[in-house]
Amino acid sequence: MSNTLPMTTLLADTSSSSSSPWYFWGYFLDHRSDDLRWLWDHTWLSIVPVVIGLVIALPLGWLARRYPWLYPPTITISGLLYTIPSIALFVLVPPLLGLDPLTPLQVPIALTVYSVALLVRVVADGLDSVPVDVTQAATAIGYGRVRRLFAVELPIALPVLTAGLRVATVSNVSMVAIAGTIGQANLGQLFILGYQLSSPTPYYPPIVLGIVFCVLLALVFDLLLVAGGRALTPWRRAVAAR
Amino acid sequence: MIGDVFTWLTDSSHWRDTAYDTGIWTQLSAHLRFSLIALVIAAVIALPLGLFIGHTGKGTALVTGANSLRALPTVGILVLLTVIISPHFFGRTDIGFVIPTEITLVLLAIPPILSNTYAGVQNVDPAVRDAARGMGMTDSEVLRQVELPCSLPLIFSGVRSATLQVIATATIASLVPLGGLGRFIYDGLAQQDFPQMIGGGVLVAVLALLADLLLAGVQRFAVSRGISGRFSKKTSYSTGPVEAAEIQAEASTV
Amino acid sequence: MIKFDDVTKKYPDGTVAVDALSLVAPSGQITVFVGPSGCGKTTSLRMINRMIEPTGGTIWLDDQDTRQVAPATLRRGIGYVIQHAGLFPHRTIIDNIITVPTLLGQSKKQARLRAMELMERVGLEARFATRYPAQLSGGQQQRVGVARALAADPPVMLMDEPFSAVDPVVREQLQQEFLRLQSELGKTIVFVTHDIDEAIKLGDQVAVLQVGGHLAQLATPAELLSNPVNDFVAGFVGRDRGYRALGFETAGNLPVSEEPTVIIGSPLAVANAAASDGWILVVDDDRRPQGWLSTGDSRSASADQVMPDMLHRGGTVAELGGTFRAALDAALSSPTGRGVLVDEVGRLVGTVRASEVVSQLDTRAGAASR
Repeated sequence: MSNTLPMTTLLADTSSSSSSPWYFWGYFLDHRSDDLRWLWDHTWLSIVPVVIGLVIALPLGWLARRYPWLYPPTITISGLLYTIPSIALFVLVPPLLGLDPLTPLQVPIALTVYSVALLVRVVADGLDSVPVDVTQAATAIGYGRVRRLFAVELPIALPVLTAGLRVATVSNVSMVAIAGTIGQANLGQLFILGYQLSSPTPYYPPIVLGIVFCVLLALVFDLLLVAGGRALTPWRRAVAAR
Repeated sequence: MIGDVFTWLTDSSHWRDTAYDTGIWTQLSAHLRFSLIALVIAAVIALPLGLFIGHTGKGTALVTGANSLRALPTVGILVLLTVIISPHFFGRTDIGFVIPTEITLVLLAIPPILSNTYAGVQNVDPAVRDAARGMGMTDSEVLRQVELPCSLPLIFSGVRSATLQVIATATIASLVPLGGLGRFIYDGLAQQDFPQMIGGGVLVAVLALLADLLLAGVQRFAVSRGISGRFSKKTSYSTGPVEAAEIQAEASTV
Repeated sequence: MIKFDDVTKKYPDGTVAVDALSLVAPSGQITVFVGPSGCGKTTSLRMINRMIEPTGGTIWLDDQDTRQVAPATLRRGIGYVIQHAGLFPHRTIIDNIITVPTLLGQSKKQARLRAMELMERVGLEARFATRYPAQLSGGQQQRVGVARALAADPPVMLMDEPFSAVDPVVREQLQQEFLRLQSELGKTIVFVTHDIDEAIKLGDQVAVLQVGGHLAQLATPAELLSNPVNDFVAGFVGRDRGYRALGFETAGNLPVSEEPTVIIGSPLAVANAAASDGWILVVDDDRRPQGWLSTGDSRSASADQVMPDMLHRGGTVAELGGTFRAALDAALSSPTGRGVLVDEVGRLVGTVRASEVVSQLDTRAGAASR
């Protein structure tokens, strides 16, 4: 059912000249401005909530360990928040904050809430994974509590933190696309477009393009985080090399 | 706005079916139906597979592969599969939309169940496994009587995770003209009827929370106290292992 | 009886874990495999119940070639105790113990009844039956492990470093109770340890293995101490061999001297009068020794009766008819140089001096050389 025209012909200015799934690159070239804008928005919407989430989650997670009675309610609340499906959270945020129901802000706000919910747990567990002997030795040497956190505990907790950050970022990529279904501007729009253009016959290019971009985004983020994690923990590399 | 949402939700006419609209109860049961079918299928595939891979150690590549499926955008896969499959069923009932939706849901539900089941079996204390074999249990007895019960916390964690995924994605399935609670969100959006849209969000959130609560209850019942560490204060002896077990139990709540 | 007939275990990469091992572990006795890391002791043990399959040779369980029986069936007739107990965390203690009997088809009710008896036997209070392993200490878990191994009353028991993971005080207790249990039950036991002292303490016979899986020496503990067959064994058995060997010889005819005593609670004046060299032995109403009282201490005491906190309790007490080692230690640790000897219920029999013990040893050695 698809035309197998050579790529060069497809690149000529004829949008929708092929509905083949392999035409996604041609489609991209035809709609560069829209697609790039969405890609850009999507990238930021995936990253920023995680960063803000981490900044909020670090003190929260630290507090939850410092005062053990805080741990159960923190875990319960973050568990509850994480349980709420993303699309529900998107539509629930505006009324709760008195914003316009379709405000674009709902995406970063909701995703930040998710990231915090996920990362609080990760921070608490990561700090937990630091052996007690090490923290006690650091205190004995003369590290104050704050300095100890940044100089000793966080670096050692880094692998756990990185793993959590990877989960948060990759799932954000998918969730941002979901926001696209309620009209927000990001790669999700490609799926909506593709679906609408798919009657009566299937029109694949935007759909495939959207999937390709999302997967690439997720992969790039994942690799960057892995590389960053490795770069910040040279001692683990030394052990592995033995 | 919150007041309007509340009004919308408590209006009993929205719960029944009318000539023009399907009521909340109908959509709810549709949503549950889709979710349950997908979960059962995913569990039937992923549970035995995870047990097998965890017990024998063969085929771990499948687990890694399944995990990489998580990078796929759910909306994209849903739309893609719908566009591929539904034209073949044009004219008949919803089935043309149900099938791609169910496939997407199953694909989403398998990775958490598979990887958690596998991890659960792998994490059984090697000493326990050694003792079980040394006492004369056959392979299947070791799996059924020892590895499975000890893996239950992680298996439940995977099932709960999968359930949430499925309920969330079934909501989006209302994009393609399918029933389910997402219908209210998308219809509300289309009609600029925001109380309906947000009301749909509330319903989905409540459904997800209730489902998770239910599973947590089942988990509490099914997992041996020896593993979860739920001992009454007066019989508790040592704190170390109990604390560790408690934390492991908490690990299954997210 | 367990017979190793030229048993070898060789791995595909060439390492030889066990090299042509041949020995007999007699029925009803404890045979200990001991040696440094890598000597193949655990591998040899695990070949008996086919957790590891030998690459050469045969292992006989009484008259049965272990390879002729299905592994699961074989193992159900062998008790298996490992270092960290490996209790099933998801089952209660009592259900852990009845694992093998239920595998063999016994009714749970019956099995549980017997398990309660076993718990008592291994020194576990009945209230632990419905608890979970996570609620027990390491020592208690090991006892459960032993009870579980005994549940189906197997004639053979394999024990792989069962007492190594507990602290020394608990370990000593467990060893003592283990010996008591064995004296009641008379199982054929193969016991693996890296601790030569444990091997000497527990074994009826000891197999010392060298790295590479060779059997260096198979002998009774006493023989091992007095006649190590090569430098490796001598080094492994360690120093103080002569002294430790004394723990295996009963002191037959020690000259026992009468010892004046004073009962606890008596007036100090009486005690001082009875003291011969500035010390008097204090006993209770049953003639059980409580300690030594020095007249110097009693003079500066505030009370006028013999009180327990005035006593010198440093000396050990040896049973009459016990080992040379115990008698010598009693004499050496006593403040007066007179070792206290008691009968089998702990009542005073008399005292002995170190020189008297040593001259006994001399005559014995002299008799041996003639």
